[in-house]
Amino acid sequence: MSKILIIAEHLNGQLNPSTAKCVSCASKITGASIDIAVLAADPAAVAAQAAQIAGVARVRTLANAANAHALAVVYAPQVLAIAGEYTHVFGPSTTFGKDLMPRIAAKLGVSQVSDVMAVVDAHTFQRPIYAGNAIVTVKAPAGRTVVATVRTASFAAASGGGSAVIEAVAMDVPLPTHTRFVSLQQGGGDRPDLQTARVVVSGGRALGSAENFQLIYDFADKLKAGVGASRAAVDSGYAPNDLQVGQTGKIIAPELYIAIGISGAIQHLTGIKDAGTIVAINKDAEAPIFEVADIGLVADLTKAVPELMAAL
Amino acid sequence: MKILVGLKRVVDYTVRVQVKPDGSGVAIDGAKMSVNPFDEIALEEALRLREAGKASEVVVVSIGVAACMQQIDTGLAMGANRGILVKTEGAIQPLTAARVFAKLCAKEQPDLVILGKQAIDDDANQTAQMLAALLDQPQATFASKVEVDGNVARVTREVDAGLETLEVDLPAVLSVDLRLNTPRFIKLPDIMKAKSKPRETIELASLGIESGDHLATTQHAPPPKRQKGVIVKDVPELIAALKAKGLL
Repeated sequence: MSKILIIAEHLNGQLNPSTAKCVSCASKITGASIDIAVLAADPAAVAAQAAQIAGVARVRTLANAANAHALAVVYAPQVLAIAGEYTHVFGPSTTFGKDLMPRIAAKLGVSQVSDVMAVVDAHTFQRPIYAGNAIVTVKAPAGRTVVATVRTASFAAASGGGSAVIEAVAMDVPLPTHTRFVSLQQGGGDRPDLQTARVVVSGGRALGSAENFQLIYDFADKLKAGVGASRAAVDSGYAPNDLQVGQTGKIIAPELYIAIGISGAIQHLTGIKDAGTIVAINKDAEAPIFEVADIGLVADLTKAVPELMAAL
Repeated sequence: MKILVGLKRVVDYTVRVQVKPDGSGVAIDGAKMSVNPFDEIALEEALRLREAGKASEVVVVSIGVAACMQQIDTGLAMGANRGILVKTEGAIQPLTAARVFAKLCAKEQPDLVILGKQAIDDDANQTAQMLAALLDQPQATFASKVEVDGNVARVTREVDAGLETLEVDLPAVLSVDLRLNTPRFIKLPDIMKAKSKPRETIELASLGIESGDHLATTQHAPPPKRQKGVIVKDVPELIAALKAKGLL
């Protein structure tokens, strides 16, 4: 039987929804028993949230002052201390999980399955390569720990209403001090988080300037939506990099994605293909974004967006 | 200070890669090959550190078929001091790559290893983290700013929540993100000058490392296609269409 450990992602006492998506992925493995590890300086609040995720057997807390910030080099030895009890160790394919999980895999001497999109069986998974231009089925060897990151856009969050047991793990492993947290400059403000927002409004190169990009923020605020940007817009300095959607940015799956002035390079499309409905507004009728958009409007964004905002 | 940089040979980012009809792989025979874009950024950062007097030597490493010497050539033309090709037939997976780099680090003793955060072919995003683990060294991934001061590097990382800054003791392993820098263009005289730079070829088999190629790929499939939707003629129609879907 599969025993799966999921490493919880959290910040400021809040469990990241990516954790419940990992649970959803893990629950696709038949007969799996699922535990969540919460590493934190004070794990109580996050553990309580994790315990409510349906399908979780145990939440194991690893309290340590060194866990105040999610440093991969500090987390890894603690995860490794309990990894031997599990057949699988999963983390989200967010910057948190991407940073941490390969460090665990290498120490276990196993390959990592990155960006799991679908579970075929306990050792077989589907994942994207070449910016999502191909989906490969990969088989991890039986008899070794499976370390994987879960492409969160591919899984709905497991529901709440669970009541997992919370257990503290006593641990005495040496932790490195060669890596020190200095600061975290958070973007976003009060807007919904790009990766979990129900609606996302995204702007591209056609906005033309950082000043004009304000239109995207205004429209998003009107819709109570998260804000995204194409790589072109970020590279041109119109929007900060944590808004980038695509192969090398964030992979998102909102119910409604509104692409404004985005041509739709494959690297961008790979970040949105799990969106429920894609709306594209672009004045170039030939833009590739219209190939994937559910609703397209060929129009000048400087006219169409204000008109749209006025009508809502 | 010595810096080691990895240069992976990948299908050029402008090539639209497609799955072979029989699902046995991707059709990339004859495709234009280039240095992985993230690796060029890694090299650019190493060169800038050398130009700023922080580093004395930049060594580029590629792992793969004999033709990877072209990527070493590119790295040397950009300005690296010397190149090492670790030759092997066929593709290797990140754990094997990390083990190769670890072996080279034991010999070269670099103060910094700078790698791209991911290769645009397998999109794995693993090698730097794995290497740091194998060496028990600090890792600072997805770097968008690197400052070296004596035996410490201060690295700003692009994380989902914003920008995180870490301080790491050297030696350390870094992986770089897109916004770190813009790699320089190579000029013809650089190519000429690079011809005389030292190039070394090592057979991967001679390194005596255990293979980390554990994942068997059993099938390649094209991505599921989204249906092409409707084109509306104006904003009122767009609003009506969104309302019809219950989205407004």
